Amino acid sequence: MRNTLIAVAALAVLGLTGCAKSDDTTTAAGGTPAPAPSATAAAGTLTIKDPWVKASAAGTMTAAFGTLVNDTGADITITGAESPASPLELHEMAMKDGKMVMQPKEGGFVIKSKGTHELSPGGDHLMLMKPKEAIEPGDEITFTLKLADGSTVPFSAIAKPFAGAEESYAPGEHGASGMPMGSMAP
Amino acid sequence: MTTRRHLLAGGAAVAGLGVAAGAAVVATTGRGVAPAPVAEADAVALTTGTATVPFHGPRQAGIAEDPPAHAAFVAFTLPGGTDRRALARMMRLLTDDVARLTRGVPALGDTDATLAVLPARLTVTFGFGPGLYRAAGLKPPIADLPKFRIDRLESRWSGGDLLLQICADDPLTVAHTQRMLIKDTRPFAAVRWVQQGFRRSPGVQAPEHTQRNVLGQMDGTANPRGAEIDPAVWNPDGSTTLVVRRIRAEMETWDILAVADKENAVGRRLESGAPLSGTHERDEPDFAKLDDSGLPAMPDFSHVTRARVTDPKLKILRRPYNYDGAPNAAGHPDSGLIFASYQRSITEQYLPIQQRLAEKDLLNEWITPIGSAVFAVPPGCAEGGWIGEQVLG
Repeated sequence: MRNTLIAVAALAVLGLTGCAKSDDTTTAAGGTPAPAPSATAAAGTLTIKDPWVKASAAGTMTAAFGTLVNDTGADITITGAESPASPLELHEMAMKDGKMVMQPKEGGFVIKSKGTHELSPGGDHLMLMKPKEAIEPGDEITFTLKLADGSTVPFSAIAKPFAGAEESYAPGEHGASGMPMGSMAP
Repeated sequence: MTTRRHLLAGGAAVAGLGVAAGAAVVATTGRGVAPAPVAEADAVALTTGTATVPFHGPRQAGIAEDPPAHAAFVAFTLPGGTDRRALARMMRLLTDDVARLTRGVPALGDTDATLAVLPARLTVTFGFGPGLYRAAGLKPPIADLPKFRIDRLESRWSGGDLLLQICADDPLTVAHTQRMLIKDTRPFAAVRWVQQGFRRSPGVQAPEHTQRNVLGQMDGTANPRGAEIDPAVWNPDGSTTLVVRRIRAEMETWDILAVADKENAVGRRLESGAPLSGTHERDEPDFAKLDDSGLPAMPDFSHVTRARVTDPKLKILRRPYNYDGAPNAAGHPDSGLIFASYQRSITEQYLPIQQRLAEKDLLNEWITPIGSAVFAVPPGCAEGGWIGEQVLG
């Protein structure tokens, strides 16, 4: 029940970004928004639309969001992600012992052929486990998505101050001391 | 149905914004059959909500366009220690938000995304106060105004390092935009003051109508229009300047005046807006003309006489909004004008006018400046760029 509610809320938050123009899409061709879908996209890979990252203090967990877009004829699996800013994990939100917790996403994120996959507060997201330095609002953070076929998709995301829909990121709960990994295992 | 039939019959089979205009034309020139009022209102409302003003370009939006009905002027104070890099981060973030919101697209991380979909001609115009330049280690191109004899300035309405002028034809759109942009500015700066104002709503009068202020006066008749705007407002690099003054209207004493006295104070007829020397609003004032008693038809002390500018390069573009707060227990209103004027140069254009008005303008008896702020307005930006990149980049 709670799970459904949160999923719906997440859609409401990011669902409308679908109206954004195609030039909001950051492609594998570079870190900055490209003026048009690039040759890389046409060649058949993954793109991420409207990427952003929640600003955070150094050492404090935070997350990156956006809409993954698969315009290819085959499903794409993201198996991991990297960033010079922080160690990263692919996370999902799930109900555990009556509470919403985040946990590593088993098998990675699968984006269906011709489909999209939302990374959103309260839903799947890229978890920055321990940022080396503060991620200040307006910073551009670079990321690399690792795909199951061995290829990679780089993108950059702007950092935004954000306080919504992320109760599990509250300092003190998982704060600077780091997240007890054992408790997060499925 | 009625509206649609009338549109077709009137030959106004046009798309987009033209539909609303067509409906209005039919309403006034109809052939004896009144269109259904409800259907007509629907047609106007639907185009009002979805209309957009392009954000990107060499000049910022929200200046030369006809002013939308609602505005919020939001000024911020930078904390000590703010540097140029922080300012650049702030402006990148805010530019990204505004580029989306003005298209009717939620900002990234917009927690109230459903409120973003009706831009209603939303514009957000950025102004940089003298303090922003100092924080960036730059010489400010603008300076605070000198103190005028008539000023009763309150700090809660004065100054500011950064200004957002948020305008739209819908107050909920303005409210959501203000909320979103304040949230994203908070890490960088504190809210200093917010002034919310209004003009006539869309569809109430023709878009090019002259605004009335809360004193009932036509306000802006002498504004540059069309091609006259360029030499008055824009520097070659696409920059301009903005003066924001909060001017309280002394409604209780204004109410006591007879209409003729009110008209003498401003130099125009209240109803038509015509200069006292003429018959139509757009008639040029004739300062040589004498009235029946042999006195100048345009009184020497009138607002229009004192504010008069003939050189097109020295005119200012007034873009004011009315404000109307809650009355006090005695029923005295808290009303007035958020005076906003755009001009190439505050010292060359605005100051001489304001000095003449401060020296002698009968209208001063019924208006009191209680807030004052000046801002440089940097050029616009292309897609992928950010407002202020020429200054802070």
